[in-house]
Amino acid sequence: MQRISELHVNGNKLRIDADTDRSLLSVLRDDLDLTGSKYGCGEGQCGACTVLIDGQATRSCITKLGAAAGKKITTIEGIEKSGRLHPIQEAFLEADALQCGYCTPGMIMSSVALLSKNPNPSELEIVRFMDGNVCRCGTYPRIVSAIRKAAQSMRGGGK
Amino acid sequence: MSKHIDDSIEVERYELFAQPAHHFNLELERRDFFKLLGGGLVLVLTLDAFGSQESGRQEGESGRRAQGNSTPKDIAGWLHIGEDGSITAFTGKVEFGQNIRTSLSQVVAEELRVPISSIRLTMGDTDLTPFDMGTFGSRTTPTMAPQLRKAAAAAREVLIDLAAEEWKVDRASLAVKDGKVINERSRQSLDFGKLTRGQKLLKVISENAATTPADQWKIAGKSVAKVDGRDFVTGKHRYTSDTRPLDMLFGRVVRPSAFNAALVSVDSREAEAMPGVKVVRDGSFIGVAAPNAQTAARAASAIKAEWKAEPQPSATELFDYLRKQAAPSPQANVRGSIPEGLANADKKLEQTYTVAYIAHAPLEPRAAVAEWSKGRLTVWTGTQRPFGVRGELAEAFRIPEERVRVIVPDTGAGYGGKHTGDVAVEAARLAQAAGKAVKLLWTREEEFTWAYFRPAGVIDVSSGVRDDGAITAWEFHNYNSGSAGIQHRYGLPNQKIVFHQAKSPLRQGSYRGLAATANHFAREVHMDELAHAVKMDPLEFRLKNLKDERMKAVLTAAAKAFGWGKGKSAPNCGNGIAAGFEKGGYVATCAEVSVDRESGKVKLMRVVEAFECGAIVNPDQLKNQIEGSIVMAIGGALFEAIDFDNGKIVNGRFARYRVPRFSDVPAIETVLVDRKDLPSAGAGETPIVGLAPAVGNAIFEAVGIRLRSLPMAPNGLKT
Repeated sequence: MQRISELHVNGNKLRIDADTDRSLLSVLRDDLDLTGSKYGCGEGQCGACTVLIDGQATRSCITKLGAAAGKKITTIEGIEKSGRLHPIQEAFLEADALQCGYCTPGMIMSSVALLSKNPNPSELEIVRFMDGNVCRCGTYPRIVSAIRKAAQSMRGGGK
Repeated sequence: MSKHIDDSIEVERYELFAQPAHHFNLELERRDFFKLLGGGLVLVLTLDAFGSQESGRQEGESGRRAQGNSTPKDIAGWLHIGEDGSITAFTGKVEFGQNIRTSLSQVVAEELRVPISSIRLTMGDTDLTPFDMGTFGSRTTPTMAPQLRKAAAAAREVLIDLAAEEWKVDRASLAVKDGKVINERSRQSLDFGKLTRGQKLLKVISENAATTPADQWKIAGKSVAKVDGRDFVTGKHRYTSDTRPLDMLFGRVVRPSAFNAALVSVDSREAEAMPGVKVVRDGSFIGVAAPNAQTAARAASAIKAEWKAEPQPSATELFDYLRKQAAPSPQANVRGSIPEGLANADKKLEQTYTVAYIAHAPLEPRAAVAEWSKGRLTVWTGTQRPFGVRGELAEAFRIPEERVRVIVPDTGAGYGGKHTGDVAVEAARLAQAAGKAVKLLWTREEEFTWAYFRPAGVIDVSSGVRDDGAITAWEFHNYNSGSAGIQHRYGLPNQKIVFHQAKSPLRQGSYRGLAATANHFAREVHMDELAHAVKMDPLEFRLKNLKDERMKAVLTAAAKAFGWGKGKSAPNCGNGIAAGFEKGGYVATCAEVSVDRESGKVKLMRVVEAFECGAIVNPDQLKNQIEGSIVMAIGGALFEAIDFDNGKIVNGRFARYRVPRFSDVPAIETVLVDRKDLPSAGAGETPIVGLAPAVGNAIFEAVGIRLRSLPMAPNGLKT
């Protein structure tokens, strides 16, 4: 089995030693102790494991390590910059867009991907893009409003 | 049924109760507290027997006597003010997303007159917190919050005493403000840390501490954000599944081929030959522990186990089966005479309603990390019953409970689905055999299969109504789904209400609102059918028959906000209304649906829900719970159902079991009815009960099809 010895995560080159066919999620969580990305279903159906690979929202539970090697991976741990929360994190807090919080990292990473592609999404565009992320606590309306608020503040629109 | 609590609150029969097996003894020595918590002030709140529904249940409840000769007194909670002024409250309740860490912090902060950021809450740790039955039944706000409030109020009074002594002044001239005791006259002040420094003061108070009335609340009653929200949006919070002791193995369990299957033979040689793999066999339990998760999975799948299972009922025959399996001579709630009531009716109606098994599907599947050290067992696990699971572990390993510690990190939801300790016992068994800590995470398929389900049920309703809208007879039989919410707030002169316990083909247990959803669905759809039978507006019909002013008030509030009575907004649209009461909370739900007659697709357009649960502790978190309940209810109302065939779950994956998603969510408006004159009730469950009947009634108005089975439109409507 081929092995991978390095992974680019959150701007750092990290040493690993793992089989190429392992899931990216298991390497992030078990080998690198980056436990912000969650296991929810193992089949790419719930989005709790969402990370960015070269800026694309990706389900890390069904992504083989081999497919992620050499690419830029961003996890929830990597979007807070020098103690300042990402505007989407701020917006989730402000809108109380979480209950148990288990889906939250995946929701936030999907939102980051959405807003980087579409800085001013309509409600329908948000719903379509986010529909692969499950919040079993049902905070969807708050997440939609958090994304809209974040979009506004990232465009420099203020409140 | 418990005798000592409000009769109007049905105790859920399917809560998986365990015996409360341990009581802290009030002889608990002061040095124990201070060893555990450090110096300062410790305030212990005791309860009179039966003073509380759950915390520190008395032995009368459990039929067991606590050990030792002294009479145990029940402890509701304790609170510690450290020598640095830090304030920590301790409760056996657990945080599962209902945001009680926040609401309980609010009430403690309120009574101690400090900002909420000064409060730390230690929750759900059997070594550190007082005994608690579990976090279920919407009991945190009505029972735990007042108890912690009393402890905090008493602590405030002790701090005043300490300051009065220090300054040698009359305590009446002192007040507590912003974390300090102040003397208004002399303008002196002392912060809590200065007062508790060098102290080892243990105060035991009983339930009579005076607390702040709701109309004077300054911190409670306000919308406070999730207290540790930052840890969740940054991914820093460690759920059980993220917990990682040093030198840990990963576990995996080999599951039977079907429910109730017996193990015939096992060949585990291949797995045993894998480096670092430990295979554990104990009765019919087969599991492995391995250095990493993928090796554990590989080893488990290399084990060849042969199972034998008897034929079992399948989903297609479920409802007949439940009726046939009903236990004989159930208890009936009877008032007046049904035959007389029917004789006085102008119209009579008999209908049957059904509800399917559904899964909780919390996004964090069951998980446990177990570690044995010097004969002591520590387990981190996301359970709603930390003390109950401690009992399960003690029993499974035949060790005293004192040697078991269960720690519950804030958990990725439960909705009533995480009462049992299966995963904890499995992890502990693997850890025991491996001689190292073991982390066991259930897969999504395991979570869907080996947990338990919300009970399915059949409900028969027969009724009579006069043409003027007065209901004259009401007979209601629920088979298997449960008795929660089976009682109602209508004034019905002749009624017979019966819950028939049945043998369930699937393992079933608690669920958010439990049977209240099934009972409200049957009752409120039937009310709609009666209203149509006598050609009355469904709102008017309900108001005519309701005898409870609080129920009428929420119903009117919801109808007003919804704009009830304006009629259909388009030919294939319809409006529905439903009302309910459960666990001390009143709910009314209005829904608007649109049905595409071509495709049969039902689109939920708009939901307005009014809710009243006494004095509101945190309006925004309450709204969050109501919105979440509405969204979760959409699944059970329209499309969620567990499919099973001969002892196997057929659709145990998110790809096959549809849960509500962004695109299912309608415009939601919540209307909060704040009653500062009434004690606060819980709100995590009751807001879920109104949605299904409101939607069913709306579908009827839209297209004239009456749906009497949940889920109502798993594959759209056949119009």
